[in-house]
Amino acid sequence: MAANKPEIPSLADIVAKVKSGEIFDEIKKSIISSQVWTSSFRHGYADTPRNRVLQIVSNVWLHLHPVKIHRHALRIRFTWCMGGITFLLFLSTVVTGVILMFYYRPVGEYAYFDMKYLQYDVPFGMLMRNMHRWAAHAMVITVWLHMFRVFLTGSYKPPREFNWVIGVFLVTFTLLLSFTGYLLPWDQLSMWAVTVGTNMARATPFLGHEGPFAEFVGVTPRYDARSMLLGGSLVGPPALLRFYVLHCIFIPLVAGALMIVHFWRIRKDGGISGPL
Amino acid sequence: MAAEAPKKKVEGLPEKVHVWPYLVRLELLCAILVAIALTVWSIVIDAPLEEAANPTKTPNPSKAPWYFLGLQDVLVYFDPWFAGVVAPVFIIVGLMLIPYLDVNPKGNGYYTYTERKVAIWVYSFGFLVLWIALIIMGVFLRGPGWNLFMPWQFWDPHKVVALVNVDLPYAFGVRTYNMAMLFGGAVVSGYFALGTAAYFFMERKAIKNVGFMRMFLKIQLYLIMLGMVIKIVLRLGFNIKYIWVTPWFNI
Ligand code: HEM
Repeated sequence: MAANKPEIPSLADIVAKVKSGEIFDEIKKSIISSQVWTSSFRHGYADTPRNRVLQIVSNVWLHLHPVKIHRHALRIRFTWCMGGITFLLFLSTVVTGVILMFYYRPVGEYAYFDMKYLQYDVPFGMLMRNMHRWAAHAMVITVWLHMFRVFLTGSYKPPREFNWVIGVFLVTFTLLLSFTGYLLPWDQLSMWAVTVGTNMARATPFLGHEGPFAEFVGVTPRYDARSMLLGGSLVGPPALLRFYVLHCIFIPLVAGALMIVHFWRIRKDGGISGPL
Repeated sequence: MAAEAPKKKVEGLPEKVHVWPYLVRLELLCAILVAIALTVWSIVIDAPLEEAANPTKTPNPSKAPWYFLGLQDVLVYFDPWFAGVVAPVFIIVGLMLIPYLDVNPKGNGYYTYTERKVAIWVYSFGFLVLWIALIIMGVFLRGPGWNLFMPWQFWDPHKVVALVNVDLPYAFGVRTYNMAMLFGGAVVSGYFALGTAAYFFMERKAIKNVGFMRMFLKIQLYLIMLGMVIKIVLRLGFNIKYIWVTPWFNI
């Protein structure tokens, strides 16, 4: 009977434990051995070779990395860190873009005024818009630089040919992401830039109404490659909606999927290229 | 002079290192720096927002987003079907073909110029000149009417530019439409045929190793790239508009 009775520690005991710091060790121990903790964190943090491995393989965000890499792959002068920065900028646009989506409606009557609202009334709205835009522009630049360094190091050579091809898709989708987003502010700048860009589609051979050989196919201004892109014969509200869906859903999904393949292939191809 | 320069250090270090902490900490550092830079940039400079879209009011000049201005500039020299559709397709397909056309085994995974001079020259020329330089020109030097203005010149929307361009057959004295079409067609196909033949002759020893198809595709891509440069030079230096005029398309 007496053994089951919880012992009530005396005040003096507690004070002594606090003073010696022992109580913190006890609290830490009970937290770390609790079910909640052990189910969330699978290994300790002490710097042991085992933990260094577990840090990577038991973390869903880090496990895209291999556990070990060649020493030279760490050199900024080799990679310029451009692939990683491109990915970071992409993630920045995803986060800020979702915030913008809370306030923006892709409708001819609203879009421009939602931009004004975002800039002047939404707390941090202007900052979110700026970060989204500048990250997108920076991403275009870093992806070109990344490509340039991959070329200069000959990293497209066997066995990495396929990853280069994925990369060309990625640079194309990066530009398309930027281009479809360019229309969304629905101001003079965006409307006319997209008009200039999409006017090219009407010159598509066979499929554009002003393109070579169009007369053999019979396409019309209202029914050709360009009107498929715009949902009409000029850049109007249907084009805005189309570009919005492409910009916020279709292209990010495809580009995101390709990035996963891209990263996976780097590992399957034996890690970052290097002198053998 | 010493007998031989010491070998690069990197090659002496085949060992691997743990990603945690060596790579992850670099990534974190890099991420922090980029985040700071992006935040400062976004606080200091506001994204542009002009007046509301107005389909009845065309700005002059109307420019595509800056990253497409290289292509927009090519519109000066080529018709839209080429500059806006076929050229981008060639660029994308050509880039994708690079690993399959460049069979030089050297320079795989390290910086070298001497072991792959041609490859580096061609790519750098395409990227730095035909892409980046044209973009810079499109952003800063193209004003109203897509005319060239130096940075210190006023963007005069009424600038008068004499239209003195003629087609190549005309410059050579060919005056009838059908003869001009034949002449132009001969020049364009002759350019590709002679270029291909010359390349195959010069590289005849390589055909066995590299393969016919590879060499054929490679020289076509080179000729297209070079052709764009030739056309730019003909236009700017000799006021030649088209080389080949047909009822369906002009080059
Ligand atoms: C959204 C765009 C892209 C992202 C996020 C991305 C990301 C990355 C990352 C993080 C790496 C690791 C090494 C490094 O940072 O340099 C890498 C390597 C690589 N990337 Fe990209 N990349 C992109 C676009 C491209 C493009 C456009 C190309 C080429 C056309 C390309 C081809 C390659 C190749 C071949 C490697 C392996 C390099 C090596 O082994 O040295 N990538 N990429």
